[in-house]
Amino acid sequence: MTNSTVNLEGPVCPIPLRHDEKIVMGHGSGGRMSHELIGRLFQTPFANPALAAGDDAGVVAVATDRLAVSTDSHVVWPLVFPGGDIGRLAVCGTVNDLAMMGATPRYLTAGFILEEGLDVALLAEVVLSMQAAAAEAGVQIVAGDTKVVQRGKADGLYINTAGVGELPPGRAIGGARAQAGDVVILSGPIGDHGIAVLGARGELGFEADVVSDVAPLNGLVAALLAAGGEAVHVLRDPTRGGVATTLNEIARQSGVAVVLDERAIPVRPPVVAACEMLGFDPLYVANEGKLLAFVAAEAAPAVLAAMRATRYGEEAVVVGRVQAAPAGRVLLRTAIGSTRVVDMLAGEMLPRIC
Amino acid sequence: MEICGGQTHAIVRHGIDQLLPPQIELVHGPGCPVCVTPLELIDKALDIAARPNVIFTSYGDMLRVPGTGRDLFSVRAAGGDVRVVYSPLDAVKIAQANPDKQVVFFAIGFETTAPANAMSVVQARALGLKNYSVLVSHVCVPPAMHAILGSPHNRVQGFLAAGHVCAVMGYWEYPPIAAQYGVPIVVTGFEPLDVAQGILATVRQLEAGRHEVENAYGRAVTFEGNIPAQRVLEQVFEVRDRQWRGIGLIPASGWGLRAEYAEFDAERRWDVSDIHPQESPLCIAGQILQGLKKPHDCPAFGIQCTPESPLGATMVSSEGACAAYYRYGRHLSSDELRVTSDEFRTAPHSPTLHSSPVTRHSSLP
Repeated sequence: MTNSTVNLEGPVCPIPLRHDEKIVMGHGSGGRMSHELIGRLFQTPFANPALAAGDDAGVVAVATDRLAVSTDSHVVWPLVFPGGDIGRLAVCGTVNDLAMMGATPRYLTAGFILEEGLDVALLAEVVLSMQAAAAEAGVQIVAGDTKVVQRGKADGLYINTAGVGELPPGRAIGGARAQAGDVVILSGPIGDHGIAVLGARGELGFEADVVSDVAPLNGLVAALLAAGGEAVHVLRDPTRGGVATTLNEIARQSGVAVVLDERAIPVRPPVVAACEMLGFDPLYVANEGKLLAFVAAEAAPAVLAAMRATRYGEEAVVVGRVQAAPAGRVLLRTAIGSTRVVDMLAGEMLPRIC
Repeated sequence: MEICGGQTHAIVRHGIDQLLPPQIELVHGPGCPVCVTPLELIDKALDIAARPNVIFTSYGDMLRVPGTGRDLFSVRAAGGDVRVVYSPLDAVKIAQANPDKQVVFFAIGFETTAPANAMSVVQARALGLKNYSVLVSHVCVPPAMHAILGSPHNRVQGFLAAGHVCAVMGYWEYPPIAAQYGVPIVVTGFEPLDVAQGILATVRQLEAGRHEVENAYGRAVTFEGNIPAQRVLEQVFEVRDRQWRGIGLIPASGWGLRAEYAEFDAERRWDVSDIHPQESPLCIAGQILQGLKKPHDCPAFGIQCTPESPLGATMVSSEGACAAYYRYGRHLSSDELRVTSDEFRTAPHSPTLHSSPVTRHSSLP
């Protein structure tokens, strides 16, 4: 926005400076500056009738009598990392939460908390990235809110998204529906997002050639549901806490045991290397573009084939099976043939000492 | 006995001990740096970290280790500036960037972490930093082996020496120990096959009635070790008696800063004399660290003591034996670990153990 620079050389009228480069408190006042920022940054990229109406709430139409509703706040740092940024993450996070219920994501809202001093150009980049992700997922951002807090009261930019998705009649997918005999399918290699973000922080003294997997998974879900139908019992994206924590949640909700085959779990070599150095187990590292599907055994080959035919499921593999007991446990058959428990993550993941 | 807590975790994580014949028992050793750091020193760290104008830096592992009534996380939550660093050289950078603050690094660990910690002091001096200091509690492996082997309760018949420690120090310190106590010592790595290789070499020696030092981790370890690292250690540190948490005082078992570097000693910079540490009366970490008991022998294990609310450091550290047993489900019965799904009932894949080269050193050259 260089076309509006004010020339301060020589005598000038006391025209207020335009704040085009950095967010200032006035951008959150609700007044003219807020409107200008919203008009300039948000309305054009997000253009849709509900948002353009400019009313207190976006009005939308839905095609089913049941909706899935979800919300997710995003505080990732750094705001931009290899493979994505906070905007793409914010859209994909909510889209994926809706998709994991078997819903078709339709509309999102976005709430922005901006820290005074944030680069407007960076914010614009994030907004465009949100729009690109929304377009890819086929959803509209129909309502929004912007607040500005004083410098030091936030970490640059926080984004909350909420969303609704249409649930077709009879669709019943949930964490409590895993059954003994189900096959557990993982949509691709794990740990990319967590390691990419950690590497991008530059605090831990390593650079990993890893890109975040952040992606909208509703297309993948649509494909696997078309192939598996009611044989698909559980879908969940292993975000924070990783595959280990997500499987523990499902095992507890369903009262079953999940048995993993260590050799089958795909992890890219640079992720393995970074995890070894830091003392992390890839099973606990966050993903933002992967899902776990629990599918009745007879439907598993068709579901797997359908997943592999999609962009975000090309590397899908069977990683485990469900058995009746011990209820609520995740077991792992190790590469050398022994068996151990895979527990939930306890507290914060800490780099080890040596 | 595997000395190193990293090896204990590898063994439990991969279930190597479950696959061994019953005649072979792996006794878990004291090689968990976080576990043996004395409570008094942790309390000193908590005291310093809570002070205004201090940036307290530490390896991540130390943050959840309980001191008397609190840990570094709770100090941070109460407003202390506690930061995790991956290397002490990052702590030096923090000191450079914050000249108005005192930056303290919690320099704990075995021979593995000591060279980098020593190097941070050398760098701080070269940079002329007056706001950097280290709270030192370094310990060494060979004196601990002497203490274990010299104990009347000793059960250890052979050692898997810690591969990472030997990568720094070499293994020239071990032949006299093997000779004095008549135990085989095999330098061992951390992958499942490395550990199996170390066990195999140890058992072969025992079967043959030999007690020698062997290197089964030749891809990382040489007899001499890392000479430049040893020189930095020699330059900055001198041998001291050290308290080991749960074990007690072991003479000449660790390092402290030499007088020439006393200005970087956090214990001199801060008055931390008024410390009254109190161990949990329930915790048996000391007996576990000496190989006398296993984690599940402890009545508090998995009940009062869990990774979320640990009574002792062995339940917290990523190298602690109790944490390994808990994390990988050793508190469960074998019924609870039974795999019934058909496709997982296959026999263990047989790893090839006989092809890796093993170098043997029966005496000092």
